[in-house]
Amino acid sequence: MTTPEPIPPPQGAWAKPVDRLKAAGIPASVNINVDGKQLAGPLRGFGQMWQKTYRLRLDNARVAPQQVVAAWRENFGSFWPKINRFYGSSSGIQPGEVALLDLAGPYGIRAPGDHGLVSTGVLVIYADEVSFSFMTPQGHMFGGMITFSAHEEDGAVIAQIQALIRANDPLYEIGARIGMVHKMEDEHWHTVLKNLGQHFGVASAVTQVNVLVDPRLRWSEVGNVRHNAAVHTGIYLALTPLRWAASLMRPKERT
Amino acid sequence: MPEAKLTTAIRKPAESVAIIDLEGEVTGFAEQMLMDAYNQASNGKTRTIILNFSRLDYMNSSGIGLLVTLLIRAQRQKQSMFACGLTEHYVQIFELTRLNEAIGIFPGEAEAVAAAA
Repeated sequence: MTTPEPIPPPQGAWAKPVDRLKAAGIPASVNINVDGKQLAGPLRGFGQMWQKTYRLRLDNARVAPQQVVAAWRENFGSFWPKINRFYGSSSGIQPGEVALLDLAGPYGIRAPGDHGLVSTGVLVIYADEVSFSFMTPQGHMFGGMITFSAHEEDGAVIAQIQALIRANDPLYEIGARIGMVHKMEDEHWHTVLKNLGQHFGVASAVTQVNVLVDPRLRWSEVGNVRHNAAVHTGIYLALTPLRWAASLMRPKERT
Repeated sequence: MPEAKLTTAIRKPAESVAIIDLEGEVTGFAEQMLMDAYNQASNGKTRTIILNFSRLDYMNSSGIGLLVTLLIRAQRQKQSMFACGLTEHYVQIFELTRLNEAIGIFPGEAEAVAAAA
């Protein structure tokens, strides 16, 4: 009997380290909180750290975990609730790619012109055949990592989203403590899993397990509030009439 | 759930230092194994946990997530966490995920133990 050759580690599955994010060439209406931002991640956030695991059992779907993740990567944005928008690059969910997020406020509220109330983004830090992960930049609601994966368990494929997150600054932490931010987050990922299930003709219930990993606040990160994407997006949207007026007064270029 | 492809071993080069040798794959399926190893290593007066990655085959993003939760547990016990034996590739992964800002990285076990002493 011969020992099978070990499978080489898929080093190309990881993104290269980045100093600052750049979201050039992504067709999104607003890109004000991503370019030039550093990655935050769960270790740079301010609030309590939570591990939230959302799972959907794809009973009778007759698919392999690889097929689930391939479809998920290919249709990622289309599985999102209609109130939130995901703008990926043309190369899709690939390690090192930046995506822009245009997110509605509480109760699905969007600004005039169909703008989201929070414009932010993510970096794809990892992607292989059975999982992919995002990490958030400064200003995002959460400093964290979120991993999307599929695996077999008890004769069925489980699609799973696992977020390891902490509110990035005190304002978001207040929103989290009163339940608003977590409710929006939970509803969002429940919808994504339901839509993924529907893609495979499955209508199972989504389960969720929350674990409080760290109840402490990290006061050394209180200054993160200066990057708050909700505040910056609000200011940007409030100044829209002024930008429009300024554009009218600007001399037009001759061609 | 797929079986974890990780084995761990605990060594105590000093009363306040514990080394966890990791051999195989650090993925989300290794959670119980890693947490058990940590519990065993942090018995008594352990002040520094050294993760020895010199026999690591592979680590995915769920594995990095496990290291984050392990780090938080160690910090809550007022313990420091070091890593040694990482290849250049995984040193870059630690930089990407900011783990290098919270876990001291050393090229070899001797350097890590010396820093912990």
